[in-house]
Amino acid sequence: MAEPGELYPTAGALVADPIFGKLTWGVFSFLHDPIVMVTFIGTVILGAVVFGLLIYYRLLGYLWTEWFTSVDHKKIGIMYMVLATIMLIRGFSDALLMRGHQALASAGLVGYLPPHHYDQIFTAHGVIMIFFVAMPFITGFMNYVMPLQIGARDVAFPFLNNFSFWLTMSGTVLIMASLFVGEFAATGWLAYPPLSDLTYSPGVGMDYYLWSLNIAGIGTTLSGINLIVTIVKMRAPGMSWMKMPIFTWTTLCTNVLIVATFPVLTATLALLTADRYLGTAFFNTELGGSPMMYVNLIWIWGHPEVYILILPLFGIFSEIVPTFSNKRLFGYTSMVYATCVITILSYIVWLHHFFTMGAGASVNSFFGITTMIISIPTGAKIFNWLFTMYKGRIRFEVPMLWVIAFMLTFTIGGMTGVLLAIPPADYVLHNSLFLVAHFHNVIIGGVMFGIFAGITFYFPKAFGFKLDPFWGKVSVYSWFFGFIFAFAPLYILGLMGVTRRLSQFEDTAYAGYFITAAFGALLILLGIVAFIIQVAVSIRNREALRDTTGDPWGGRTLEWATTSPPPYYNFAFQPRVYERDALSHMKRIGVVTPTEGYSPIHMPRSTASGIIISGFMTVMGFALIWHIWWMAALGFFGALLYGIGHTFNYNRDYYVPADEVAAIERGTPYPGAAE
Amino acid sequence: MRMKACRSVAAVMMAFMFSGCDLVVFNASGDVAAQQGDLIIYSTVMMLLIILPVLALTIFFAVKYRESNTEASYDPDWDHSISLEVIVWCVPLAIIICLAGLTWVATHRLDPYESLPRISAETAIDENVEPMVIQVVAMDWKWVFLYPEYDIVTVNEAATIVDRPVEFQITSTTVMTAFHIPEMAGMIYAMPGMQTELNAVLNAPGRFPGQASHYNGAGFSLMNFEMEAFETEAGFEEWVETVREAAPTFDRAAAIALDVKSIDHPVEYYSGIGDGLWDRMLNLCLAEGTICMNDMMMVDALGGGGLDGLYNREMFAGICSADDPWALMKLIKPEMAARSEQLVKAIIPPIPGASPFQSLTTVE
Repeated sequence: MAEPGELYPTAGALVADPIFGKLTWGVFSFLHDPIVMVTFIGTVILGAVVFGLLIYYRLLGYLWTEWFTSVDHKKIGIMYMVLATIMLIRGFSDALLMRGHQALASAGLVGYLPPHHYDQIFTAHGVIMIFFVAMPFITGFMNYVMPLQIGARDVAFPFLNNFSFWLTMSGTVLIMASLFVGEFAATGWLAYPPLSDLTYSPGVGMDYYLWSLNIAGIGTTLSGINLIVTIVKMRAPGMSWMKMPIFTWTTLCTNVLIVATFPVLTATLALLTADRYLGTAFFNTELGGSPMMYVNLIWIWGHPEVYILILPLFGIFSEIVPTFSNKRLFGYTSMVYATCVITILSYIVWLHHFFTMGAGASVNSFFGITTMIISIPTGAKIFNWLFTMYKGRIRFEVPMLWVIAFMLTFTIGGMTGVLLAIPPADYVLHNSLFLVAHFHNVIIGGVMFGIFAGITFYFPKAFGFKLDPFWGKVSVYSWFFGFIFAFAPLYILGLMGVTRRLSQFEDTAYAGYFITAAFGALLILLGIVAFIIQVAVSIRNREALRDTTGDPWGGRTLEWATTSPPPYYNFAFQPRVYERDALSHMKRIGVVTPTEGYSPIHMPRSTASGIIISGFMTVMGFALIWHIWWMAALGFFGALLYGIGHTFNYNRDYYVPADEVAAIERGTPYPGAAE
Repeated sequence: MRMKACRSVAAVMMAFMFSGCDLVVFNASGDVAAQQGDLIIYSTVMMLLIILPVLALTIFFAVKYRESNTEASYDPDWDHSISLEVIVWCVPLAIIICLAGLTWVATHRLDPYESLPRISAETAIDENVEPMVIQVVAMDWKWVFLYPEYDIVTVNEAATIVDRPVEFQITSTTVMTAFHIPEMAGMIYAMPGMQTELNAVLNAPGRFPGQASHYNGAGFSLMNFEMEAFETEAGFEEWVETVREAAPTFDRAAAIALDVKSIDHPVEYYSGIGDGLWDRMLNLCLAEGTICMNDMMMVDALGGGGLDGLYNREMFAGICSADDPWALMKLIKPEMAARSEQLVKAIIPPIPGASPFQSLTTVE
C-alpha cells in the first residue's frame, strides 16, 4: 500500500507568481525522467540538425515565402500531411512505450513507467492520434484533392485555410511542449470530470489538454466552413451534385459533420475550462453540476468525430477501387446516399459510448439499434467496392493493396462494433481490451490504411513522381500483420475480462498475450519505418519514378487532368463537366487541352497573418496554462489586434498574366514566377 | 440445450486461437454474465452470416479479376444493377432487423436495474427470498462494501451466497469509475452523487476477481477486490462472524479516515454501520459541515435562487437528514404540505430503507 500524495507531485508552483506564473525550474520534466531526457536530447539534436541544414541551404526564406505564408490549398494540404506524419511518429512512440511496459508488467516485472507517467502516455496517445494525426491527415487530403476534383483554383477562403492550418499547428506546439515543460493530462483522452476537475487534476497537464484542443478545434471548425463553401460554390460548370466525385461527396459530408459537432466540443471544453479557471461548477457534482452532462456532450461530438475520420477515407477508397479495377464505380447513387445516411445517423448514436452509465433499457436499446443501423449503409459501401472489383481488371499496385488490407480488417472491426452496440454485450466488454481492439481495428484498418492508400495514390500528383512500390509493399504487409499480432491478443484479453489502461498487473496469466501484442507493435514500427524509407528512396530515384503525364494511374476524375504537380492555379482553363468521372469522359471523347488562348487568372496573395495570429494564440495558450496572466493578455490582444489589422489589408489578390500562364503550361520558366 | 450447442460450436471455432486461456466472458459463473456471454455468441454467429461471405468475396474477386487473368470477363462500363443494389441493402437490413429484435429483448431482460427474473437457466426465482443488498462505494482507490442486512462493512473484499440474488447499490465518493465482477455480471458506472444499481447472482462457489473497469487515476490498476461465493448460508454466516470479530465500528470518523487516497489498500473489516452513512457517502457530505446534496436539492426545489434561496438554505439545511424531516418542514413552511407527494417523488430516489424520507409518503 502506497500513499500517492508524495509520489506524484504536480509540476510547477502551486501559487502563480505575477511574472513567471506557475513556472519553476522544476517543471522541466526532462531533468528528472531518464526516458524524457533521452527524448529531449534526441529532439534537440534532430531540431538542431534540421535547422542547421535549413540555414546551410538557405531554405528558411524559401519555406517562409513559399510554404508558411502560402494560401495555396495544395501547399497547405501538404503541410497538414507533414505535420500529421511527424505527430504519427510521436503518437506511435507512445504506443510502443505502452506496449513495452504492459508486456513487462504483465510478466511480473516492474516495467519502466510509474502509473503517473503511464497515464499521461495513454492520454497523450489518444489525443495525439485523433486530433493531431488522423485529423490533419484527412484535412490534408480534403485540402489537397477536393479543389482539384471539382476543378477549382483554390478553396473559397484561402487565407482562412492558411489560418486554420496554423491554429492546428498551434495546438500541436502546445501538446508537444507538455512533453518537456511540465506534464500532460493523466485523465484518459476524453478527460471525464470529476477526474479532470481542479480537485483531482490540479496540475498543468489538463490545462495543456484544454488549450491545445480549444485552439486546434477553432482551426478545424474554420476549415470545415471553408471546405463546405468551396464545394457548394466553386464546382466546375456542369458538375451538378450527382456528378461530383465520391471523395468530394464524402468531404462535403465530413465537413457538415465538423461544422455541426466541433462547436459542441469547443463549448464543452469551454465549460470545463471555466470550471478550472473561473470556479464555475458545470461538471462539479458537489456544487450541483453534472459530470454525466459532460459525458453526453463530449460524445455528441465524439461519435460524429469517428465518422469525420472515416468518411474521407471511404471517399479515397471509392476513388482508388475504380481506378485500379479499370472500371466505373458500382452503385454511385447508393454510395452517395449511404454517405448521407451515415452522416445523419452518426448524430443519434452517441449514447452507445456509455450504456453502462445506468440509462434505462429502452434508451439503451434505442441507441444500440441506431448504431446497428449505421452498419447497413457502411455494409452497402463495402459491397459496392466489391462489385466495382467484380468484372474489373485489378492492378495490384500499392494503393490497391492498402484497400484490400482495409476491406479484410475493417469488416471485422465493423462486426465487433455492432457487437459492442448490443447493450448487454457492452456491459461485459465495455472499457475492456476488446473495446481497445475494436476501435483500433476500425481506426487502423479503416483510417490508417486509407491514409496510406491515399498517400501512395496522390503522392505522384503532389510531387510529380510515384512512391517506390517495393517499400510500399513492405509497409502494407508490416502494417497488416502487425495489426493482427497487436490487436488479436487484445480481443482475446478483452474476452478474458481484462480492462484497459492498466499499468500494473497482479498475476502473470496475461503475459503471453501482451508480449504478442508488443511484437505486433514492433511490426507496425517496421511498417512506419518502411513508409519513411519509401519516401526517402523515392526521392532518390525520383527520375526513374517520374510521372510526366499528370495521370500516372489512369485516373477518372479531374485532379488527374492537370499536370503533376499541378501549377499553383491548378487549371489553365476552367474544366467543364458533362458526366461523372469527368476525366474518363474527356479521354473517351478525346478532348485535347488547347495550348494557346490563355487568359489572366485571378489568384489570392500569400499572407503572413495566419502564422502571426496563431503565434500570438500559442503564446496566449501557453501563458494561460501556466497562469502567466500578463503574457496571456499580450497573446490575446496581439492576436486580436493583428487580426483586425489584417482586415485592412486590401492587397489580397492579383492576376496571373496570360503570358505567365502560357509559359508555365509550355514548361518554360517565366521570369519572376513567384508573383 | 440450444445454448449449449451454440457454446460448443463457438468453442470449436475458436479453440485454436483461445486454447489454454480462460475466456471469462464465455464461462462465467454468474447467470447474468453467462447470458451476456451467450448473447455475444448468438449475435456474432448472426453477423458472421454476412461478414464471412464478404471476406471470401473480397479475396475471390481480388484473385479472379486480377489484371493478369485475361480469362475473366471484363465489363468496364457496368456500374449498376437494381437487383444487386436491393441485395446489398436488404441483406444487411434483414440481419440488423433480427439483431435489433434480439437487442431490444435482451436489453430489457438483462436490465441491471430490474430484479432478477431467474436464478439460473435451471432454477426459477424464489419470490420469498429477498435479494441481498450490498452497497458499494468506490473510493480512491479501493472498494467499500456495506451490508445493511448484516450490519458489517468490508474493504476490497466481498462475499455472497451461491444462488442468492444480489442487489448492488453503487456510488462513489470521488471520481467516476466502473464496478465490475466479470464472472458475475457486466459493469456499471460508480459516480459521485449518483446511485446506480446492478442485480446479479453467482451460481458457483469460489473466489472471483472484481475490478475497477473505468480509469480513475493513479491507483486504478490495483483497485481490485475479491468476491467470494459461499456454497451454503452457514459458510457465509461464518464469514460474517469473521468480519464482525474484533472489528471497529464504521462510524463517520472511520468513513472519513478511510476516504483518503491510498493505492493497493489491504482488506479491512468493520462491524456496525453508523446511522445514515450510506446516505452521507451518496450525497457527498461525509466531511463535517458540508451540506448533503439531497438537502441542497430540497432547498433548490423550494426555491434555491434569490432571497427565497437565502431563507431556504438556512431553514432547510440538513432537512433530509433530520429524524422526521417532513414534520420539520411542515412546521417551517406549512404551504409545502400540499406539494408533499410531488416533492418526495422529485427528490427522493425510491430505494427501500435508503432514506428517512421513505416513511413520509404514508404521512399524508
